[in-house]
Amino acid sequence: MEVAQTSTGRTGTMNGIGAYLARHMREYGLLFALIAIMVFFQIVTDGTLLRPVNITNLFLQNSYIIIMALGMLVVIVSGNIDLSVGSVMGFIGALAAVMIVHWDWSVYLAIPACLLVGIGIGAAQGYWVAYWKIPSFIVTLAGMLVFRGLSLWLLEGQSVGPFPKGFQVLSTGFIPDYFGIGRPNGTAIAAGLVAVALIIWVGLRDRAHNRKYGIEGEPAAFFYGRNIIVAGALLFVAYKLSTFRGLPNVLISMVVLTVIYAFITENTTLGRRIYALGGNEKAAKLSGIKTERLTFLAFVNMGMLAALAGLIFAARLNTATPKAGFAVELDVIAAVFIGGASMSGGVGKIVGAVVGAFIMGVMNNGMSIMGIGIDYQQVIKGLVLLAAVVFDVYNKQKQG
Amino acid sequence: MTPLLEMRSITKTFPGVKALDAVNLTVMEGEIHALVGENGAGKSTLMKVLSGVYPAGSYDGEIHYDGNVASFGGISDSEAVGVIIIHQELALVPLLSIAENLFLGNECAKGGVVNWRETFQRTEGLLKKVGLSEAPSVLVDRLGVGKQQLVEIAKALSKDVRLLILDEPTAALSESDSQALLDLLLELKAQGVTSIIISHKLNEVRRIADRVTVIRDGATISSMDARTEEITEDRIVRDMVGRDMAHRYPERERRAGEMLMEVRNWNVWHPEHSERQVIHDANLTVRAGEVVGIAGLMGAGRTELAMSIFGRSYGRKISGEVLMHGAPVDVSRVDRAIAAGLAYVTEDRKTLGLILDDTVERNITLANLPAVSSRGVISEARETGVAEKYRAAMNIRTPSVFQKTVNLSGGNQQKVVLSKWLFAGPEVLILDEPTRGIDVGAKFEIYGIINELSAEGKGVIMISSEMPEMLGMCDRIYVMNEGVLVGELTAAEASQERIMSLIVTD
Ligand SMILES: Nc1ncnc2c1ncn2[C@@H]1O[C@H](COP(=O)(O)OP(=O)(O)OP(=O)(O)O)[C@@H](O)[C@H]1O
Ligand SMILES: [Mg+2]
Repeated sequence: MEVAQTSTGRTGTMNGIGAYLARHMREYGLLFALIAIMVFFQIVTDGTLLRPVNITNLFLQNSYIIIMALGMLVVIVSGNIDLSVGSVMGFIGALAAVMIVHWDWSVYLAIPACLLVGIGIGAAQGYWVAYWKIPSFIVTLAGMLVFRGLSLWLLEGQSVGPFPKGFQVLSTGFIPDYFGIGRPNGTAIAAGLVAVALIIWVGLRDRAHNRKYGIEGEPAAFFYGRNIIVAGALLFVAYKLSTFRGLPNVLISMVVLTVIYAFITENTTLGRRIYALGGNEKAAKLSGIKTERLTFLAFVNMGMLAALAGLIFAARLNTATPKAGFAVELDVIAAVFIGGASMSGGVGKIVGAVVGAFIMGVMNNGMSIMGIGIDYQQVIKGLVLLAAVVFDVYNKQKQG
Repeated sequence: MTPLLEMRSITKTFPGVKALDAVNLTVMEGEIHALVGENGAGKSTLMKVLSGVYPAGSYDGEIHYDGNVASFGGISDSEAVGVIIIHQELALVPLLSIAENLFLGNECAKGGVVNWRETFQRTEGLLKKVGLSEAPSVLVDRLGVGKQQLVEIAKALSKDVRLLILDEPTAALSESDSQALLDLLLELKAQGVTSIIISHKLNEVRRIADRVTVIRDGATISSMDARTEEITEDRIVRDMVGRDMAHRYPERERRAGEMLMEVRNWNVWHPEHSERQVIHDANLTVRAGEVVGIAGLMGAGRTELAMSIFGRSYGRKISGEVLMHGAPVDVSRVDRAIAAGLAYVTEDRKTLGLILDDTVERNITLANLPAVSSRGVISEARETGVAEKYRAAMNIRTPSVFQKTVNLSGGNQQKVVLSKWLFAGPEVLILDEPTRGIDVGAKFEIYGIINELSAEGKGVIMISSEMPEMLGMCDRIYVMNEGVLVGELTAAEASQERIMSLIVTD
């Protein structure tokens, strides 16, 4: 190929912080939105929002949304949607209650059994979507009705509880202080420090990689600014938690799951293939990707996480009610879209979905503290969702 | 003669790319003006600026149209003064009828109620004008690309076009469809329509253009007038690539080695019309180091044959055998076909070849992720290394391998698809219209790559509608007609006439 000529000379990269910011508005926007919302509620609730007990509550209250948002992100990236997660979550909570309270099953048997049922539900729905090409909207709409009905039937319209202690710790348990200080809780502070160190280490490594390959990296000011904010926030939260009861168990599960899913979606061939599937199913298929199987797995995974969420939710309320999980799918889906995923598939990040879920969670929590009625809460959440997506589209057009 | 259009020092930048750098273009009233240049030179971008796809204010420079300064805020503004663009990718709604498509957004309606009689009558008139004999009620997805292209032109005519812009209208057309389209352009010219045509087929350009403007790297290089000087293809090529190109087809030592791939008694039925057999008893062989062509008209079933072999990606009730190195292999799924050593480069890069929202890098590695990962974890460093290697080897023009492929020019997208399949490391590479929409220089590069593969003892099956390319590259050519392989010619025997006569006498 002696005729190869390289003439990309005119394609000089435009530098400048403004241009960079314009292109990455979405990511920073999300972070700043979360900070702004927290500051806002911190002020209007006279500092209640960031009290140790409330921070602990924030995690406990939102854990199930965040856990389901992880699965929902995968489903949405693959180009589908799952409307049934709220019902499935309620159903599994009901099932757990029936198993443990009515049938006297051991917790160690009931929990895996419930997770397996969740996997089965996901498989059943995924089967129709993946192999019969029935639109996921329809399949999961059906699932939503079916499992809503089944939980009513299981509970016979009654609340069932309470659960034994061994089950409650799923949600309301705390990690003991291995340093034996007690208050402030040494483990919590140590965990915060380790998390900060990890985040900075990963950030620096990526930066080095970008530099090596000449990828336009974040301007240094942004990189350090962002990391200082994130590190500060983490340490702040860790400290606050340490002055209350330490690290809640669910926080640990959430963090571990988030890290695992972020890693899978961003660094593995499996994740890459799911994005390709959502981006262009036909092209993915012609590249040798088993598109049906991936779609199926996305739903199986969603079913498992919905079951986990159902267990955690039931454990926190210490009872299973027929209303549990009602309309929760909407919060979960909203969180994923606020986090930057695209309806048409192929786009979206785990971290975005988690931040989106926190934005929803902080709003729910803040508005409840302020005593705003559920009516206004819905209106405000709806508008925030719309604003986030409009912002997305606007940004895209400006760049186009 | 007066200029109808003058574009003066147009500059357009995208994030990271200066696509146009002070380009000038003058088009006279009533002429056919050809715009040529390498892939990524900025031709499509210039036409998008002209037609208001990129609105005034998003670029620098001035457009003078019909004596006035024009600043189009959108396509509707440019259409209002008779500037109509037909994009590189067709923009028809597949499940609407021809008539509905023609008047989409411009319906013959009173108070919002469509007048179907008038719609159909006017459609018939327009279809006659463009020489398309189809009923107005036929759905567009029943039409081949050639006919769809004519529908696009009819749509332009329905809007009182003065300046018609066609971005690579013949790229996906067969020889005879292209001829018909070019004749139509000449006829429109006689009626006073001015047109700008972008094309990589220089013989066409020579045939119909009154003037030719060459763009290279976002700048105007030259403008030639066919009425005052002779425009040779060599001259256009020289201006396009900036140097002389002595040969269109690189030399290759032709030698066929041992038997590599055999297809035996291959039968395929239509995926929807189960009574229609699309491929009848096809038998073909590829030897190591051989470049085998499949010639035929559009719709002869060549793509269908290739895709059905490649993991049953097309058709139903597929029967027959595929052998590699003499042993039967399983090609019943795409991943198995890849594992068996096959790769298929699609003719339809946008819908079947690329993940448009993904980067160049991710597209290149998609069919062979295990090669850049260990235990399922992708190594970014290895992936980027691979992408950079292909960017250099294929001369893909992009500011970086992290650019989304949707932002690449058509020809460079094609190179990304090709890179993807080269990286998959096949033994037999099936190329379906590999040089569609690709400039002369890049074609030469792709021919060079085909030769390298052949020198490494790989087999290549090439499907192409460009006869000269087939004759220039192939060692052996199968001729296909209506799903049947009707003949086989060696390079020495093959000629355009013999191929055509095999098709006709069938
Ligand atoms: N939306 C966009 N964002 C970023 N870069 C773009 C965008 N559109 C075009 N470009 C870049 O501008 C340059 C010119 O592209 P253009 O599509 O005009 O080329 P072309 O001359 O039509 O090529 P081809 O013959 O391959 O169609 C290319 O380098 C391309 O990558
Ligand atoms: Mg183009």
